[in-house]
Amino acid sequence: MLKVFWCILTRDITLALRRRTDVLTTLFFFVIVVSLFPLGVGSERELLRLLGPGVVWVAALLASMLALERLFAADYDDGTLEQLLLAGQPLSLLVLAKVVAHWLLTGLPLVVIAPLMAMQYSLEPIAILVMMAALALGTPVLSLLGAIGAALTLGLRGGGILLSLLILPLYIPVLVYGAGAVSVSVVEIADTQPYFSLLGAFLVAALILAPPASAAALRISME
Amino acid sequence: MKINWFKYASPASFYPLAGQLVPKFAAVAAVLVLIGLYVGFFHTADQLGGSNPQKEYYRIIFVHVPTAWMSMWLYLVLAGWSAIGLVFNTRLSFMMANAVAPTGAIFTFLALWTGALWGRPSWGTYWDWDPRLTSELILFFLYIGYMALHSAIDDSRRADRAAALLAIVGVVMLPIIYWSINCPDPNNCAALHQRSDPGSIHASILIPMLLITLGFWSYSFATAFMRLRDIILTREADSAWVRDMLLEARADTGGGSGTSSGVPAGAGRGAV
Repeated sequence: MLKVFWCILTRDITLALRRRTDVLTTLFFFVIVVSLFPLGVGSERELLRLLGPGVVWVAALLASMLALERLFAADYDDGTLEQLLLAGQPLSLLVLAKVVAHWLLTGLPLVVIAPLMAMQYSLEPIAILVMMAALALGTPVLSLLGAIGAALTLGLRGGGILLSLLILPLYIPVLVYGAGAVSVSVVEIADTQPYFSLLGAFLVAALILAPPASAAALRISME
Repeated sequence: MKINWFKYASPASFYPLAGQLVPKFAAVAAVLVLIGLYVGFFHTADQLGGSNPQKEYYRIIFVHVPTAWMSMWLYLVLAGWSAIGLVFNTRLSFMMANAVAPTGAIFTFLALWTGALWGRPSWGTYWDWDPRLTSELILFFLYIGYMALHSAIDDSRRADRAAALLAIVGVVMLPIIYWSINCPDPNNCAALHQRSDPGSIHASILIPMLLITLGFWSYSFATAFMRLRDIILTREADSAWVRDMLLEARADTGGGSGTSSGVPAGAGRGAV
């Protein structure tokens, strides 16, 4: 079973690295959205410091959602997905492998570049660390939940915009506590602990519940 | 005695039953809502309104609270029928879920609207990111997502099952979303400002509220069954019983009372 997991993971990553633009587009989308806000709301430092955590998180939400379309699309088009469904291996595991690969390619780069974005909003170093940690815990949840939506909208006309309608409301808890942790860290760092507990709990719950749900959605879409 | 639990799980046998139930539920709804509104407007103890005429606007809760209750309850109904449909593979359950969704969305919208109308005089603003109203807004998005997904898929079997799965995911996520909106700061959730204790509501206010809720519930049955009949007819348009029924109806209206229904039905079938 681990072998299958590893096999899918390396395959997806190899494929993506052969076509790096896909990965980079998501990253630059994130950078552009975050950079646009100061142009729109004005560049007063106090205001930006207040807005920063929320803006970075909303941009991360949108970036990870845009990338979701590609999670199953290529495999669906060339028939690989059907073979995966017929493979005789637990489909949840295969889905989990694909989601992990997807997160490594789209979520992790966001975590890495977040400090740069946070500096645009003149956040404190400690807040930047908290933001990275919160994104590292939160973005996998986004990928896991999003996989359900990506599987449900597989092959539909206008699937991307529909996907946002289905999935964005489900992202709210991660947004609230992810951005909340960063805002609170500015005031009192010890207060961030319950936020991280909650984000961790979301991650564990999503790891257990989301892959079977995505697998069921894939079966519905492919039958 | 053996009971056939699944008799009405077949669209063909439920269609006429739904037709008989629609006017009954509609009548009950009208009566209950009218009584509820009458009591609510003219026979409350007037703890708020009487002493301070400026506070008469509070009476919007007789519509606002029942719509909010119904909007939440109907999402549970929607998810429940979706789950039953996925478990037992019964087409009618999916159709029922599908028929309930627009009514639920309308109640959610009305709850938001009446909430805004109440917010204007009492908070001085139509929208205040009050946790209750925000949760209703998210619920509205969930209804919209369900209906959008269902209508985006052409194949009705896939549409039913995909939307059903989405409804179940939504019902699992709803408490978490609700909680995160109500308690954005986990360090002091005790300060939750949302506290409702039904016992603290005066009976003269609670009773009309409950009457109207029951009326809206009845209304939901009526509209859902009406919509269900449309859905059944659309989906089963090719089946024999729908064809026979339509031909019979055509014979009754067009052919006059003298013709027996058997002959034109047979002739019609030949033409089709």
